[in-house]
Amino acid sequence: MIEFKMPSLGADMEAGTLVEWLVKPGNPVKRGDIIAVVDTQKGLIDIEVFDEGTISELVIKENEKVPVGTVMALIASGKEEGIKKEVIKPAKKVEEKIAMEKIVAAKAPHFIKASPLAKRIAAEKGIELNTIHGTGEDGAITKDDVEKAIVEKMAPKEEKKIATAENIRMAVAAAMSKSNREIPHYYLETKVDMSKALSWLAGANKQRSVKQRLLPVVLLIKAVAKALTELPDLNGYWENGLHQKQDINIGFVVSLRTGGVMIPAIHNADKKTVDELMTSLNDIIPRARAMKLRSSELSESTFTVTSLGEGNVETVYGVIYPPQVALAGFGSIIEQPWAESGMLDVRPVLTITLSADHRASDGATGSRFLMAVKNHLQKPEAL
Amino acid sequence: MTEPEIKQIIFQLLKKIAPDTEPEKLEPEDDIRHTLEIDSFDALQFVVALDEQFGIETPEEDYGKITTLKDLVNYIMQNKK
Amino acid sequence: MSENNIIKLTYREALKRGIREALQKDEKVFLMGEDVGRYGGAFAVSKGLLQEFGPERIMDVPLSESGFVGAGIGAALNGMRPIVEIMTVNFSLLAMDQIVNNAATLLHMSGGQINVPVVIRISCGIGRQLAAQHSHSWEPLYAHIPGLKVLSAGTHEDARGMLLTALQNRDPVIIFEYTFLLNKEEEISANAGAVDITKAKVRREGRDVSIITYGAGVYKALDAAKELIATGIDAEVIDLRVLRPLDEVTIFNSVKKTHRVLLVEEAWGSVNVSSEVSARIMENVFYELDAPVQRLGGVEVPIPYPKHLEDASIPQNADIVKKVKKMLQHD
Repeated sequence: MIEFKMPSLGADMEAGTLVEWLVKPGNPVKRGDIIAVVDTQKGLIDIEVFDEGTISELVIKENEKVPVGTVMALIASGKEEGIKKEVIKPAKKVEEKIAMEKIVAAKAPHFIKASPLAKRIAAEKGIELNTIHGTGEDGAITKDDVEKAIVEKMAPKEEKKIATAENIRMAVAAAMSKSNREIPHYYLETKVDMSKALSWLAGANKQRSVKQRLLPVVLLIKAVAKALTELPDLNGYWENGLHQKQDINIGFVVSLRTGGVMIPAIHNADKKTVDELMTSLNDIIPRARAMKLRSSELSESTFTVTSLGEGNVETVYGVIYPPQVALAGFGSIIEQPWAESGMLDVRPVLTITLSADHRASDGATGSRFLMAVKNHLQKPEAL
Repeated sequence: MTEPEIKQIIFQLLKKIAPDTEPEKLEPEDDIRHTLEIDSFDALQFVVALDEQFGIETPEEDYGKITTLKDLVNYIMQNKK
Repeated sequence: MSENNIIKLTYREALKRGIREALQKDEKVFLMGEDVGRYGGAFAVSKGLLQEFGPERIMDVPLSESGFVGAGIGAALNGMRPIVEIMTVNFSLLAMDQIVNNAATLLHMSGGQINVPVVIRISCGIGRQLAAQHSHSWEPLYAHIPGLKVLSAGTHEDARGMLLTALQNRDPVIIFEYTFLLNKEEEISANAGAVDITKAKVRREGRDVSIITYGAGVYKALDAAKELIATGIDAEVIDLRVLRPLDEVTIFNSVKKTHRVLLVEEAWGSVNVSSEVSARIMENVFYELDAPVQRLGGVEVPIPYPKHLEDASIPQNADIVKKVKKMLQHD
């Protein structure tokens, strides 16, 4: 039996409140399925499952608040039952129970018990039946259940969203305090001539429709991701020692108009093209602002990028998001005098900073990272 | 389409992108992005919405021509189909 | 007597008034059946009519269902409007050949030349411990047969008025009357008369569940609905009235309104009227259903003699209440 636990959606999260189960016992699940909605300080988060199997039991109830790591549900996976059976042969009761589970699992596939009318209304209103709790005979979903679900969907979540603006402030406060308390930061800074990158971008955007146009920030994200492939010590977590991460998931800081920030992850940013990165941003920025992110997007970033390129801020000295070990900050691209090969010129200049955890890496590593980013930005066509 | 109508649509689009602002209070000479604190991402969404709404195609080099409300309205009047 | 006058009378009296009015209105109408004359009818429905209308029009017949039903059909073919009474539905099987092979079929066999305007009244259902010889509910047997119009008089209003309309019909009509109801008193309009015989009737409007029934089930369902409203369940009661051909419109409209259906009848559960209604609901308004269609029918045994077993063999008010509550139960 696989235990599905309350996930940690960041170092600052201690507990979460289950708002809604989106599955019922007997429902099959696979990796990536959203099975629950959890209320955290960062708003309502869709929680994904990482295993394949059949929901065997929902251990905690809706509206229950439990600490991170608490078992929320049990998931039966076909394989496991076979193994268990061999090991615990003498215990007859256990065997029977397993046999029962098997029957449940075999009976379950995809069928949700709902009345024809309930199904019709749900389809018309675009509500997934597996998000509705059935209260009819034998747990069947009836018209009343669907109508209740429609009403619930409309009303209460809006209120919750408003309430979380303050919570987000508190979440940011907790994470940043922890960072400042525990992480010995060091800071490096360099300036990059952006004329090549910007002229490449202008050319590239001429060939794209408005909708597909690229923002300079995608070049920065891609350059950072590529640089991280060369400096793996900066891509990981510090948890009693450095744990490098295989995937390069860039957490991109999105500031909220109501205050606070959300940091959705762009998964495998090093493997995405600049167009794919732009698509990712188009997807996650609005969802981050609406506080409608998936758990993996909130919890799986391995390195953070913060860009304050909107005003006239030249330099950002960022605070690392624990348990990560580094963060890259980008200021505005500003025209500045630029000396090169004994000549003075005016160029669009960008200041890049690195904040890094001195427990995990040293200045030399950080310096190599900034040089790598700089070099990649000089060859925008290769990004 | 008259100038007030265009303005009305612009306000609606801005409101969608920055729900907590009051675009109606923009002065003709105000820099839209600065005044309403719209970042580059939202600015791009705004241009996309403008193009769709008015059937225009705004090339990147024209972004400088639409920074204030007055400029933007003029730009749309000239380019819309 | 003003139009709004209400009178209280027994089901038996309502039947008698219907017969008397029919006899008064049309000279071609006459009543024939076992003991309908001198004895006044096995259930005293025709008591006094012999004195009033004479032996030509209130005709006692020998104990031969096949013979006298055949005679009634013959009279109908020759321009008369006979009302044939069969004492109980059990004995009607002896006349099945005449009813099915002649009355129901002649119009077809004659290429549309011969109508058979006979009305056959049959007492049906349990009475007071009349046992398996006299108590069955065989409406479904007749509702199965094309060529017949099959009516069920589940209320005093219909007992009073169905016969009059049936006699206007050019083709054979079977009217089921209920022994169980004979002594029951109800109020009806003093000038009640002919009633429609094409439509089912909503006897009580409700929004939570449709109880669809007929015959002796109608008053039971209405009583059950009264009990249910006290628990917050608002049941609609539909009296089918016409078992053949079924009034689908009224049934489907009710399903569209309440989305839940309980069918109640005293006939045995297998292959009864409820089976047919249920099937048509599935075929036509499946996507309106919020719960499986449920049925309450008679227990599949010959009707027992002892009172407590007789009661147990058919659906009672309490069974209806219990079933409806289960259908509407929410965790």
